[in-house]
Amino acid sequence: MLRTPLYQEHLAHNGKMAPFAGWDMPLHYGSQLEEHQRVRRDVGMFDVSHMVVIDITGADTIPFLQFLLANDIARLSKPGKVLYSCMLQQQGGILDDLIVYRMSDTWCRLVVNAATADKDMAWIQMQAAPFVIAIKRLDNVAMLAVQGPNAQAAILPQLPIELWKTITKLPSFSAMVHNDWFISRTGYTGEDGFELIIPSEIAPDLWQKFLSVGIKPCGLGARDTLRLEAGMNLYGTDMDETTTPLECGLGWTVAMRPKTRNFIGRAALEIQKNQNNLPSFVGLISEGRGVLRNHQSVLVNGQTAGIITSGSFSPTLKKAIAFARLKIKIEPGVSIEVTGQRSSLQMVKPPFVRNGQPAFTYL
Amino acid sequence: MDNPRLHIYKFFKTNMSKIPKHLKYTAEHEWIRDDGDGIFCIGITDYAQAQLGDLVFVDLPDVTTIFERGEECAVVESVKSASDVYCPLSGEVVDSNTALENNPEFINQDPYGEGWMFKLKVANLEDDEGELLDPNAYADLVATEAH
Repeated sequence: MLRTPLYQEHLAHNGKMAPFAGWDMPLHYGSQLEEHQRVRRDVGMFDVSHMVVIDITGADTIPFLQFLLANDIARLSKPGKVLYSCMLQQQGGILDDLIVYRMSDTWCRLVVNAATADKDMAWIQMQAAPFVIAIKRLDNVAMLAVQGPNAQAAILPQLPIELWKTITKLPSFSAMVHNDWFISRTGYTGEDGFELIIPSEIAPDLWQKFLSVGIKPCGLGARDTLRLEAGMNLYGTDMDETTTPLECGLGWTVAMRPKTRNFIGRAALEIQKNQNNLPSFVGLISEGRGVLRNHQSVLVNGQTAGIITSGSFSPTLKKAIAFARLKIKIEPGVSIEVTGQRSSLQMVKPPFVRNGQPAFTYL
Repeated sequence: MDNPRLHIYKFFKTNMSKIPKHLKYTAEHEWIRDDGDGIFCIGITDYAQAQLGDLVFVDLPDVTTIFERGEECAVVESVKSASDVYCPLSGEVVDSNTALENNPEFINQDPYGEGWMFKLKVANLEDDEGELLDPNAYADLVATEAH
């Protein structure tokens, strides 16, 4: 199993290690719920070095990414801005979801999922043939996510003083470069926070520095409940190659305009849009006891209508929450249940939680 | 240098689980405390709570319900998974720890104290007593499962 540069730090902090996408990763360091609450109320840090960084450089960088991705990188006006996008097959199925940083017209940085990285690299290389670009998968980098309302105050004193002003002024969904550091105001938790891509060899030192000022490590367990509360999809769970963005609540990330932009999967999505039988992708909140679980069947007015794609417990709402894909049009007043559970469910529009507060609306 | 106390210390340290000497146990990771007068207090062990992770829901049996040994009598649910609790003795439920309904974390924090689950009145202890494990036998079981 693969180990991140922070593996020894996880062991030293009694991390409960578990396999994740071929990596031996910390699930939690004692209590997943405490780690979750710390990020909502204060600050916590995650080792996300299993995520894979791919740099696209060269004269055709922008046209290439406009062809490769369902979202349109031209939507980013200023250098350093960040876009969330799906990468689709011709048939519209999602190969991966990713973050793209437009650093200049000749350099964009992608961060992709660990489990799909090899497949992604092969796909990107295959599509790149007609374009003047170079594709480089970064080795020897670590990625640290520091998340929570106090993230900025906590990390600033630990960083070089010449960065303080820039980091303080760094807007959300933006990135900056300083020597071999890459810092962005992004995350997967629904809170303010930073993601730092740094050379592997300095990662343990930085981790120690952050620990010494009370930034507690958080595992993949808390990362999952945080992202679910924040209404963010997880690849392989909420969507995969058999799902288009229109079937998993990601229609907003597909830029159909300008109509002249030809991106991979566009034709398939146009057909699907016109068929007018798209499933609904909704949030569910349980009013009763029992945690909602992935793959549970959802009944609407007693009839099987779909499945839960991600289910868990919301530590903020103290209720079970889930994403579900339903083959029905949403109408108010329907009765929704999950097989094997007595309590009824409320249908909502995610996110469930943003910046520490409930943020859903009932459908 | 085969100091038995050091050995025990190492065992507890590596397994991170406490197994009090005054309790009995089951292979399904419940503990049983004899409170006298035929009353037995029941909960899940430190090892069990650590395996489950943070508990978020606990379903307890209603008082006056009668269970046979081995029947499902309660459910403990963590962020990760739900597990049935099997009644370790035959008897009638005479008390349940309703504080757990709002504070399931008591089981994680104090499995043998505040995290107790329910109390049974047992009529014929002899029928089931032989099935229970003493602390050493339970420690062996945990050691086997943990490796």
